Amino acid sequence: MPGILENILSTIEENCKINDGFIKFEQIQISINPDELISILEFLKDNDVCQFRQLTDIAGVDFPERQNRFDIVYHFLSFKNNARIRVKIEIRENEAIQSITQIFPAANWFEREAFDMYGIQFTDHPDLRRILTDYGFEGYPLRKDFPLTGNVEVRYDEMEKKVIYEPVKLQQDYRDFDIQSPWEGTKYTEKKDKE
Amino acid sequence: MAVGINQDTTPVDELEKLKSLYADKGFLVTNINNLINWARTGSLHWMTFGLACCAVEMMHVGTPRYDVERFGAAPRASPRHSDVLIVAGTLTNKMAPALRKAYDQMPEPRYVISMGSCANGGGYYHYSYSVVRGCDKVIPVDIYVPGCPPTAEALLYGLLQLQKKIRREGNIKR
Repeated sequence: MPGILENILSTIEENCKINDGFIKFEQIQISINPDELISILEFLKDNDVCQFRQLTDIAGVDFPERQNRFDIVYHFLSFKNNARIRVKIEIRENEAIQSITQIFPAANWFEREAFDMYGIQFTDHPDLRRILTDYGFEGYPLRKDFPLTGNVEVRYDEMEKKVIYEPVKLQQDYRDFDIQSPWEGTKYTEKKDKE
Repeated sequence: MAVGINQDTTPVDELEKLKSLYADKGFLVTNINNLINWARTGSLHWMTFGLACCAVEMMHVGTPRYDVERFGAAPRASPRHSDVLIVAGTLTNKMAPALRKAYDQMPEPRYVISMGSCANGGGYYHYSYSVVRGCDKVIPVDIYVPGCPPTAEALLYGLLQLQKKIRREGNIKR
């Protein structure tokens, strides 16, 4: 006898155009094309079998080596069925994706965060500004090609009497602790064979 | 009243001496430096600048278990009321101008306690793109309290060290 999850997944497969769909660890995952995003999410929200009414999270993932550089991952929860679903979309670096704030108002700040961290553009978003990073921040910090220490650091300047920005100058270099190296890292006591 | 008048005597001896002086004459004599230092060390109103988990330990210091108010240090919500700023937590680039603004609003004499690894030198987030590598890049710091987070006792000890520092400097002007 198929369970609730199998039932939901087969309903989605019958009614929507999805690339891939499976159930793993008691959670449904589907991959879809950017064009079908709005129609599929409306279906997931309003269909009697699905009823995914709550948007839990939107995440971005960066794969620099891939043609479609970014994954956007949506998580939804259905109270009715006590079920969760993960919806994945692949987009290219300069490709924009439709905002889902019309369907799920909660998406507003999630999309702002994805924009802030990855530079993913959401069309028709009511207020697409940076949300977490500093005012006037440049770059997208969660992209793999963003340097860990960033590009600027702050300091109070006695002459100007204000906090100023300067290029990063680390007084101590980033240390790469290599346990194989004889010069750095922990010294492990070698196990001696019993004689 | 005159704390640290004589380095050779213990506080208890000193108190006994003061008691007999007061009982005998009905008044006390001290010098103005000692009086002012006594007032400064005895009313270190601290400004709550909680930025991260260190703030929880800072709250513990204020609660009855550690009861920092027995040293005359009460939490104040405004920098204009406070004498000591406790930077408790990770100072980010975005917060740095706000911290400086709060510090600039404090009346002299003002002191700063940097609490925890993050405030001392960036700590865990030293190599991060968004964190100031030590709050002493933005404001001058008097006492550094190490730990991640420091226990409430450690912060209390830091406050006592600050009192000691104020006494040792002993200047009216700062």
